[in-house]
Amino acid sequence: MARVGVFVCFCGANIADFVDVPAVVEEAKRIREVKFAIDYKYMCSDPGQQQIRDAIVQHRLTSIVVAACSPRMHEKTFRKALSDAGMNPYLLEVANIREHSSWVHQKDKKAATAKAADLVRMAVAKSIANEQLHEISVPVTKRALVIGGGIAGIQAALDIADARIPVVLVEKSPSIGGKMAQLDETFPTLDCSQCILTPKMVDVASHPYIELIPYAEVLELDGFVGNYKAKIKKKASYVNFKTCTGCGACWQKCPVKVPNEYNMGIDKRKAIYTPFPQAVPNKPVIDARYCTMLTKGKCGICSKVCEKGSIDYKMQDEIIEREIGAVVVATGYDLWDPKPYEEYGVGRFKDIITSLEFERMVSANGPTNGVPVRPSDGKVPKNVVFIKCIGSRDEAKGIEYCSKICCMYTTKHTILLHHKVHGSHSYVFYMDIRAAGKGYEEFVKKAQVDTGATYLRGRVSKIYKKGDKLMVRGEDAQIGQVVEVEADLVVLATAVVPNKDNPDLARLLGVSYDKYGYMSEAHPKLRPVETAKAGIFLAGCTQAPKDIPDTVAQASACAAKVCGIFAGDTMKKDPMISTVNKEFCSGCQNCVTVCPYGAIVTEEVPMGHGSKEMRTVAKINEGVCQGCGSCVAVCRSMAISLAGFTDPQIINEIVSI
Amino acid sequence: MEAAVNNQLVSIEKPEIVAPPDWEPVIIGILCNWCSYAGSDLTGTSRIQYPPNIRIIRVPCSSRVDPWFLIKSLQTTADGVLVSGCHPGDCHYISGNYYARRRFLVTKKLLNFVGFHENRVQFSWVSAAEGPKFAKVVAKVTEDIKKLGPLHLYKKENFEK
Repeated sequence: MARVGVFVCFCGANIADFVDVPAVVEEAKRIREVKFAIDYKYMCSDPGQQQIRDAIVQHRLTSIVVAACSPRMHEKTFRKALSDAGMNPYLLEVANIREHSSWVHQKDKKAATAKAADLVRMAVAKSIANEQLHEISVPVTKRALVIGGGIAGIQAALDIADARIPVVLVEKSPSIGGKMAQLDETFPTLDCSQCILTPKMVDVASHPYIELIPYAEVLELDGFVGNYKAKIKKKASYVNFKTCTGCGACWQKCPVKVPNEYNMGIDKRKAIYTPFPQAVPNKPVIDARYCTMLTKGKCGICSKVCEKGSIDYKMQDEIIEREIGAVVVATGYDLWDPKPYEEYGVGRFKDIITSLEFERMVSANGPTNGVPVRPSDGKVPKNVVFIKCIGSRDEAKGIEYCSKICCMYTTKHTILLHHKVHGSHSYVFYMDIRAAGKGYEEFVKKAQVDTGATYLRGRVSKIYKKGDKLMVRGEDAQIGQVVEVEADLVVLATAVVPNKDNPDLARLLGVSYDKYGYMSEAHPKLRPVETAKAGIFLAGCTQAPKDIPDTVAQASACAAKVCGIFAGDTMKKDPMISTVNKEFCSGCQNCVTVCPYGAIVTEEVPMGHGSKEMRTVAKINEGVCQGCGSCVAVCRSMAISLAGFTDPQIINEIVSI
Repeated sequence: MEAAVNNQLVSIEKPEIVAPPDWEPVIIGILCNWCSYAGSDLTGTSRIQYPPNIRIIRVPCSSRVDPWFLIKSLQTTADGVLVSGCHPGDCHYISGNYYARRRFLVTKKLLNFVGFHENRVQFSWVSAAEGPKFAKVVAKVTEDIKKLGPLHLYKKENFEK
């Protein structure tokens, strides 16, 4: 006979205000198997847990029901309390009376109490069918995969590699560095971005524990935490990196000119190119879309001028496989396309540019040698209007969220303009100035004083052309009047949006993503770097818009998490997986077909006791099984059961309401 | 999915059985742990209110839901059942919800064939971020079941009488 203990939590006022907790306890006491029931203000606190531990011993309980918050919150906490009292932790069931009752039925205490009592009854019925389970140990492959070579990926890779764990860093473009490599100076210290980034890029390339795979993409990821297998496509670069010295003869002579992505298309690059002079690895690749040798079979100049004979027009994409134990996703961000702002004349007026285009122009290594110019006539602008929140905080045209970095980089741009163009003046149209961060508010205040920039609180309604100037009409909400500013150049602070490949990559990795395309963390506050899939972590703007300090912090946090997984030779795995009762198995192999992980194989067993005739039955690889239960539902002979969610447990719940 | 369950057979549930005035339906919600259960938790943390008729059962994945559970629920305690999983393509277990969807369609046809009204069992996709959607789904299902009244068809006690 089962002896169940029921522990009902007040959760301070969270539950007790909307559910009659003592009544739930009384209801629980009426269940035949319940031998002990009690309430307490905070069940998760140490005294609360102590009550559970004491009751287990005193009342010789065989299973425990805690009626409190969601099992996703404190199941682990209470399982530990059971272990500490010498009881198998999987004999616990949690009745979720907070998220599923008190918080959602706040207007009807009677109904909420009745529902809570039902939830407790269901949990008691389930717990009676609970079995003792034991954690499984599985071996771990100590190698991490970092996807994306921006500052987030670089930081994560270096931190993991410094702990002497091998890292495979996969970067989509020909060079690591990401968006940070395109920046001139960084807020709030005005550090030169290249000066702080490029040494780290070189460290990555030369680190003995880092295998850098540039110009490549992850195609597949199979397996589970500690034992993933990644398929990586190395795109054909048409250049043999082993022999190439990076001398540059090829791209100097290449006759094909195409817009340069690194400089936001302001100048041209060649069809064979390195993205920028400080690229790591500093080896060129041929852009197959534009190379006339590859598209039309004519040219071949780069091959002729290459002294090392490194050009190979016949090179094919190569698929390589790596066994890895954990993944850090650091795919970064894109910028929102401001096309919907038609009233600003985006696309019609050449002198409206985006912030990243402005950033490239004021960069010392940029296309205009660090001086901003008007794209229409090449003149240096004097009056520059910066418009913030282009796409951000704009439900009608863009997205609802704040992109976080625009206030700060626009401030930086006013300073850079002030430094580079004497006699210039900045006008900033803004909604709010959001400068939350160490030294950020001080930076904005100082910039406003030093540059004398005019800050206008309000939205721009229209931009039109007057001669060779742009007239920016907007509202100054603080004086309640329409203002017009004559501008030589207009800079739009476009919103941060997730990398457009994020949804595809998320699906491939098996992690979830939100409606914008940012990958979802396991918990917004307490598990901000983990995903719901064990062993996959998020760094930087893959998860949400972030500035560089936050990105680096999150990347290092990922590294710590990865090192945690690799701390031992084996890792503990949840025992809630499927098992086959060979006696019942008819060998139909339906389960083999539906298993998403290929965790089910077949084996031969004797027909009967001592028989030499053999028959086929299913066998589950417990290291690979993730416990989804697909196989259980398709099993015709009811030979498979999923520990923790067995048929008797669920049926008990159903019939006990 | 609704479009796929076409050429409905006429329900043989008897509308003449009048519900008692204080009758409230019991609805069993079988939710997958990673999306819909997390979504229902979010409904709670966001304090979004919904009708208190649903009793939630947690399963790892919607593919764990055996048609037997639905039948057993309707036979014993429930007036209606809601099964909810991750959006197609977002399954935590890669492809589980696709199996669940197909199996559910067949089960629904079977239940319809033996006489249950099509609204007695319902299916939805609710992600971990869709707290408000979960409340809406529950409200709709509750309203549908209330309209149908108490379930008597094939109830175990009716056979025992």
